[in-house]
Amino acid sequence: MQLVQNVPFFSIMLAMISAVVTPVLPRRAAKWLSVGMVSAVVCLHIWFLPFMLSFGGSYNYMMGHFPAPWGNELRAGLLETVIALALSIVMLLSQLSGMNKLQRQIDTPKQGLFYVMCNLIMAGMLTLTYTNDLFTAYVFIEIMALSSCALMMARQVGHTMVASMRYMILSLLGSGLILIAIALTYNLTGHLLMENIHAVIARYAANGAYALPISVIIGLFIAGIAIKCGVFPFHMWLPDAYGYSTSAASAVLSSVVSKAYFFLLVKIFYRVIGIDVVLSDMALNLMLVLGVLSMILGSIGAIRCLDIRRMVAYSSVSQMGYLFAWIGLGSDVGVAAAMFHLVVHALCKSMLFLSVSPLCDASGDSKRFVDLRGAGYRYVIPGIAFSLGAMSMVGIPVLGGFFSKIFFAEAAISGAGWVRITLLAALALSTLLNAFYFMHTVLGLYRKPREGFVRQPFIKSRLTAVTLSVFGAVNLAIGFFAKDIINLITTGIQNLA
Amino acid sequence: MGDILSLLWTHLDVTVAILLFGIGFTTLLLHHNLIKKIIGLNIMETATFLFLTSQGFIAGRAAPVLAEGAAAAGYVNPIPSGLVLTGIVVSVSVTAVMLALTIRLYRRYHTLDIDSMTLMMKGEDE
Repeated sequence: MQLVQNVPFFSIMLAMISAVVTPVLPRRAAKWLSVGMVSAVVCLHIWFLPFMLSFGGSYNYMMGHFPAPWGNELRAGLLETVIALALSIVMLLSQLSGMNKLQRQIDTPKQGLFYVMCNLIMAGMLTLTYTNDLFTAYVFIEIMALSSCALMMARQVGHTMVASMRYMILSLLGSGLILIAIALTYNLTGHLLMENIHAVIARYAANGAYALPISVIIGLFIAGIAIKCGVFPFHMWLPDAYGYSTSAASAVLSSVVSKAYFFLLVKIFYRVIGIDVVLSDMALNLMLVLGVLSMILGSIGAIRCLDIRRMVAYSSVSQMGYLFAWIGLGSDVGVAAAMFHLVVHALCKSMLFLSVSPLCDASGDSKRFVDLRGAGYRYVIPGIAFSLGAMSMVGIPVLGGFFSKIFFAEAAISGAGWVRITLLAALALSTLLNAFYFMHTVLGLYRKPREGFVRQPFIKSRLTAVTLSVFGAVNLAIGFFAKDIINLITTGIQNLA
Repeated sequence: MGDILSLLWTHLDVTVAILLFGIGFTTLLLHHNLIKKIIGLNIMETATFLFLTSQGFIAGRAAPVLAEGAAAAGYVNPIPSGLVLTGIVVSVSVTAVMLALTIRLYRRYHTLDIDSMTLMMKGEDE
């Protein structure tokens, strides 16, 4: 075994150790430790990705000294590496870009603790991406839920507190469902490691045994993860949570936490239950229905908002709906499109959240559309970043979002019968609604300020400007290298099974 | 009908676990009072633990504690018990966080009712 193969393990341990050390550090040290840790993870992954490309395939990494059917394992493959790298980059840029706002919005003694939660979320994200053990996944789901709740209410206003209570309640229902699903899986197969479960379920599927329990397990996993991602009927906590917490927290919650949960679901489909079994199962329609509903209703929610942060939050509901619907489509092309959109949306939504907050600062700390008029002139770089992100979400060519729409459409066309029609119609309608609310906002940013608007002085931060420029560059790069990325993802998906 | 009843009776542990889960789930989802919600959560989690432990239990075998000269066949399956232990730790920390949040909310809004809290929150212009 080569040294580079330890990267997944090292990254998780780095995150865990920083999370343990951070509470006793002074505030500034905590901040830079967290930023340093995430940068280290990004660098490790940049070293790791070429290795995985040349390695071809995947390997299991034994944790501790207990071999396969008993011990705990990590598993590294191409898709895991790509996702972990993308989400770590999002984490790094979010932390840097939201740093100044955070120092103004969170009580000074509690700022160190904010970074503890960031480190825990980082550890959780990496573990959910790499783990090969279903129960480890459950434990880290809970760790992520607790730390995202703390991240949400780090800025203490009424909205975030009520939202985090709602989030906790729904999230625990979700964890309960996932735990039951894991218990049923264990009950049926007698294993907790993904490969061993997969072997047993494949045997059952071959002779048609236990079809109903397997459907129930798939349904429970889908419902649990849907609740945690804030897909349509379960999104009540989301607009308040993303709309009022500090910008770094919103970016991390929408782009790292929910994406990690979603990737776990895909992993469960491929590695635990087996994609053939999932694709032929009725329970997958649940995903399709949830996805289409939240694509449309999330966009309608966004149109009804008078406040830019809530609008971006609602748009998250609709974009998570895309991911769910295209997994629900039930084909490999659909999964590849969804994985591509996962990366695009993670990079784009975090940039939107982080550029909205300086724009609001430039408008007298108001989030209402009327006050934001002309903010694009008052604070140039965030204005450009927001426009870029909005255009990507709408699907203007050359940007990442355009290619995800193309891949979505291609995948939908390959679908069968009414599924194809539903998905294409939903895609068209949702894109139209997206274009309406995003372009409306972007145009608003470059309009004349409203009558009687008094320009108040605000602090321009160099760090925010630099990180938002990097964010913009990364988003453009995604568009330029879309073909290569989708090839990586397609190979990764083949390795996953 | 008789078949179903006898099936429920032979799997009494599972039946009880499902009943408890239903009670906890509805309490958590439908009650307005935060403390009752937390109680519901705990009932729900207990139900899950009951289900898990009962699945690992094999009648006539001992608890998985290593004793001199006992063969592996003398023990019940230790993994579900291990899972339940982990689950209990998770459940305790979750309950603690929920209670802390409840205290925070009570200090701010002087109520435990989540609906009136939401109403007051919407009134705040922030």
